[in-house]
Amino acid sequence: MSAYLLRRLGQSLILLLIVSVIAFGVLHLAPGGPLAQFALTPGMTQADLARIAHQMGLDRPLPLQYWEWFHRMLDGDWGRSYRDNQPVLAVIGGHLPATLELMVSSTLIAVLIGTWVGVLGALRRYSVFDYLATVGAMVALSIPTFWFGLVVIYAFSVRLPWLPAGGMYTIGEGSFLDYLHHLIAPALVLALVTVAIWSRYMRSSMLEVIGQDYVRTARAKGMPERVVVLHHALRNALLPMIAIAGLQLPTLLGGALVTETVFTWPGMGRLFLDSIGYRDYPVLMGVLMVTALLVLIGNLGADLLYAVYDPRIRLD
Amino acid sequence: MIPASGSIDIAAPGRARPRLGRGTRRFVRHRLALLGLIAIVGLALAAAVGPYLDPYNDLHIDILHRFAPPFSGPHLLGTDQLGRDMLARLLMAGRVSLTVGFAAMILSTVVGTVVGVLAGYYGGVIGAVLMRFVDAVLCFPSIFLLLALAAFVQPNLVSITVIIAATAWMEVARVVEAQIRTLRDRDFAVAAVALGAPDRYIMFRELIPNAVAPIVVAATLNVARAILLESYISFLGYGIQPPVASWGNMLNNAQDYLATAPWLAILPGLAITLAVTGFNFVGDGLRDALDPRLDGR
Repeated sequence: MSAYLLRRLGQSLILLLIVSVIAFGVLHLAPGGPLAQFALTPGMTQADLARIAHQMGLDRPLPLQYWEWFHRMLDGDWGRSYRDNQPVLAVIGGHLPATLELMVSSTLIAVLIGTWVGVLGALRRYSVFDYLATVGAMVALSIPTFWFGLVVIYAFSVRLPWLPAGGMYTIGEGSFLDYLHHLIAPALVLALVTVAIWSRYMRSSMLEVIGQDYVRTARAKGMPERVVVLHHALRNALLPMIAIAGLQLPTLLGGALVTETVFTWPGMGRLFLDSIGYRDYPVLMGVLMVTALLVLIGNLGADLLYAVYDPRIRLD
Repeated sequence: MIPASGSIDIAAPGRARPRLGRGTRRFVRHRLALLGLIAIVGLALAAAVGPYLDPYNDLHIDILHRFAPPFSGPHLLGTDQLGRDMLARLLMAGRVSLTVGFAAMILSTVVGTVVGVLAGYYGGVIGAVLMRFVDAVLCFPSIFLLLALAAFVQPNLVSITVIIAATAWMEVARVVEAQIRTLRDRDFAVAAVALGAPDRYIMFRELIPNAVAPIVVAATLNVARAILLESYISFLGYGIQPPVASWGNMLNNAQDYLATAPWLAILPGLAITLAVTGFNFVGDGLRDALDPRLDGR
């Protein structure tokens, strides 16, 4: 187990290294570069630009710049935002919780609805409900998240004045209830895709478990169907879903960026988009690294939790 | 990752009492694929021919007749905030969005296939390096990567297509790599090696033709993904630039007019959903038809 853990950790660290090279390359090889924003300032001369470039270390070879950045990153110094000179880690730390809250709440919604739909689909396989769930999931995966957000705003903020159209709090308010009220719409919108995915995997997982001997035994013992489904089947069918939850992180993060934009939710996705407008390279680099890190942790966590909870999986 | 692909159905063994029967189920699935195909062909035909039939020009600004609702006057689907005909804009946007989606699919499939074949055939260090690179790119949610790329290129049809392909080739590479790795050990491939056939010949003449089915499925689902990705970055303002219309950028001012002119938001979104659903249905049907191992669903 510990040998496996070490190997997986090592693989993840190597991946993270490649990830950082790719992110650095994407941002720094692009035309324009970090200097583009200064070049637009009126009265800026070539000499000024060269001086700024020198001060920022941008006139040195790229691999050297990467090496420098890499060293500082390991020391916890991720640079300072070009926009307000705040440390990048602090800027990201200020935006990450909002994104995580959004992701956690929509995952909860997805788990609740998706499990129900998936289990029912598996129990009533090939029924009308099962078909509708299958087709519905495929349509849900085809709907652009931001458009679904607009539709929800139109329906529940414009036509029916039930939900706020955006933001995290009403100005002048700050209660938890007010926050929850603002959270409903974006969490639902972000959950659309996750519900679809979760319900499909849940259905497959449940189908597999229902065919197992111990389920037949439980039924043969004359146990009530409810107990068989909830106690014997569902518990085991939920196990592989741990892995699915971990692997959903890239989808969730990408969806969060779009959802945050539509609902002006002050999370990391919005930060990323705003930073692109400002050509704020240190923040962009930081956000790319944090998202990749989250994805890697999700993958690793999925593997390990799965192994811990399912004694049939032997790691060596 | 953008969950454009409908590839969430995993095969599950185990028997349950079929209620409508497997044959019925297959028929329904394939009828969905047929519906999808009809939607795609319909949209493509409308985008290709429609602009010649619609009397309005998609770029003609008519401030006096802006915000005309659909089905209420000479403009069939109404007009937008500048008085441009919505139908004409939707049709022209369809040309752009479908073209980008299709071109990005071809590009990403070619890149993914080449990477997958090289990694699967040579294996060892080359395979490991290539596939770790694939893994690393997959660590970025594609919208983040796409925006980072989009912000720094001059946005036009070609560049948008290229960067979408750059964030969508990895899944194809994974599929192809796995396929080639198993095919490489099959008798016909071993025989080709024994006959002294050059690597290039074995890869492109012996192995790839046998891996066409999963490639076609992945490619179809990739069109859906590419259309979605284009709409995302265009909506966020970094994709196709106005006045050229794409389904995504038609939506980027629509939020401001939700209360008074909801059709500005509703119509382009319906077009995107229809096209993406169409490709997902077809991809799913193809997978059923081409992959006999998934019979037990």
